[in-house]
Amino acid sequence: MGQISLSQVTKSFGDVNVIPPLDLEINEGEFVVFVGPSGCGKSTLLRLIAGLEDVTSGHIAIDGQDATDVPPAKRGLAMVFQSYALYPHMTVRKNIAFPLRMAKLDQAAQDKKVEEAARVLNLTDYLDRRPGQLSGGQRQRVAIGRAIVREPAAFLFDEPLSNLDAALRVNMRLEISELHKQLDTTMIYVTHDQVEAMTMADKIVVLRAGNIEQVGSPLELYRRPQNKFVAGFIGSPKMNFLTGATAAAYDAQTIGIRPEHLEVSRDSGDWKGVVGVSEHLGSDTFFHVPVPDSDDPLTVRASGEVDLKRGEEIFLTPIQEHLHRFDDQGLAIR
Amino acid sequence: MARAVPTRTKWFNTATAGTLGFLMFFPILWILILSFKTEEDAIRAPLEVLFASDWTTQSYGAVQERSDYFKHFMNSVTISVGSTLLGLIIAIPAAWAMAFVPAKRTKDVLMWMLSTKMLPPVGVLIPIYLIFRDFGLLDTRVGLTFVLMMINLPIIIWMLYTYFKEIPGEILEAARMDGATLREEVIYVLTPMAIPGMASTVLLNIILAWNEAFWSLQLTSSDAAPLTQFIASYSSPEGLFYAKLSAASIMAIAPILIMGWFSQKQLVRGLTFGAVK
Repeated sequence: MGQISLSQVTKSFGDVNVIPPLDLEINEGEFVVFVGPSGCGKSTLLRLIAGLEDVTSGHIAIDGQDATDVPPAKRGLAMVFQSYALYPHMTVRKNIAFPLRMAKLDQAAQDKKVEEAARVLNLTDYLDRRPGQLSGGQRQRVAIGRAIVREPAAFLFDEPLSNLDAALRVNMRLEISELHKQLDTTMIYVTHDQVEAMTMADKIVVLRAGNIEQVGSPLELYRRPQNKFVAGFIGSPKMNFLTGATAAAYDAQTIGIRPEHLEVSRDSGDWKGVVGVSEHLGSDTFFHVPVPDSDDPLTVRASGEVDLKRGEEIFLTPIQEHLHRFDDQGLAIR
Repeated sequence: MARAVPTRTKWFNTATAGTLGFLMFFPILWILILSFKTEEDAIRAPLEVLFASDWTTQSYGAVQERSDYFKHFMNSVTISVGSTLLGLIIAIPAAWAMAFVPAKRTKDVLMWMLSTKMLPPVGVLIPIYLIFRDFGLLDTRVGLTFVLMMINLPIIIWMLYTYFKEIPGEILEAARMDGATLREEVIYVLTPMAIPGMASTVLLNIILAWNEAFWSLQLTSSDAAPLTQFIASYSSPEGLFYAKLSAASIMAIAPILIMGWFSQKQLVRGLTFGAVK
């Protein structure tokens, strides 16, 4: 259960075409992350799968059954919203039981499932509270609880962690990954945070302006981005891009090199630069080095002990096998 | 954070505000005092009224004797509650549709409805009076209920629309994802969440309908006459009877004041709903 396929799906709001024809296969049990800058159509795509928006054309199939015109309630999917969307007038118990109540399950079975979900999510002590009395993380867990009791074919997450603080976000990220391992159910997760995408996904779908730029495992996208956009979006800090003569030397319009793939030397190397701002994070240090053929200063990662002063002249050498070359269309040259 | 205000300014402001408040409240207080006087005492000089005359409830007795207070009271209740409920039946679906499935012109429709409140009622008095006469609706509770419902409908729709708008769409979508049908979504999720707003809408409209005088004076005379008509009947035809007029006024405004007092928390919460998270 939980195989979803989209074929030639499009969506327009009035004259605005948000999703051009798009095909996508999501396999059973996969953790798929839709990632992209805001306004790229990733949430719209999720809402199309959920049935909360109607497709303008094309087909959506869930487990081989055409679900294009099936209302959201009947698709067998569960969704966790960014705002949690809990029912404020109901207790946690009633919130979690709501889908079961709508499915007309008998009371004993409802109670059993709610208790079970509460145990898995550490919510047992909070069952009789209302959402307003819970912290953000607890609310998010209630929203997840409400989703898991239905035993859906797939879970849909719409930026579920963006309202949480940074520390909690890391925790919840692990909890959701853990939940995926336990339940082994398809999960589709929308985020604009590439770190979430990299850490959680089996498969990442990078979107820009409704187009799928690349689909692949996190490491595939990191190692072999198909174009400049994916190269720049995946990885933190961002990949450095150089143009002009520096790129021409490599037979490309643009070349890209990640901060971790630049070697630093005081004496010799390919590109000369002067150290600008540096950021010491303890384990790593990031130097920002302005060079002629890049609009932004190059970001260079060095180990925490490297001690370079502002204004010091250094040489940078890209590691050849990690150098990415792009043509004038921004596509990768292999 | 509290703002620092010098004590003298504070005293001055408090005294000014207190005086203004008392001046505004004074007519009501005076009516209350006069209602406990005899007609002869009620027209004496103010200080004599206060200190040189006896207190009596005879005006209340006289008022009840001369005109059937209870009948007017029940008319007021029927008309104000009836027109509000009737209005809700029309306004809930209308506000629902405009809040959750708006069309291109929804805003214009809302403005148009509000604009009908800007029309002076006297401008449509003649046609409505004639319609009432021809349909035999003059001096009937049904007729007045209907007119007051129509008069207040724009306000009911506007208020409900505002409250519905405050309910996050995601919660309704969550209900849909959880397998709720439209009917279940409305019963289990939307209505409970909109109750504070609906309650204040109901209260405000009962108050507006209770106090409405223009239409009730024009369209009713005795059978369907609400309390506003009852007060008015004491003002002119047989000369002025201050004490009885005051007693009638107190009897007419007391129920709504008491209701307003007990529901003020609900009313304020509803009227400021969503202003602060």
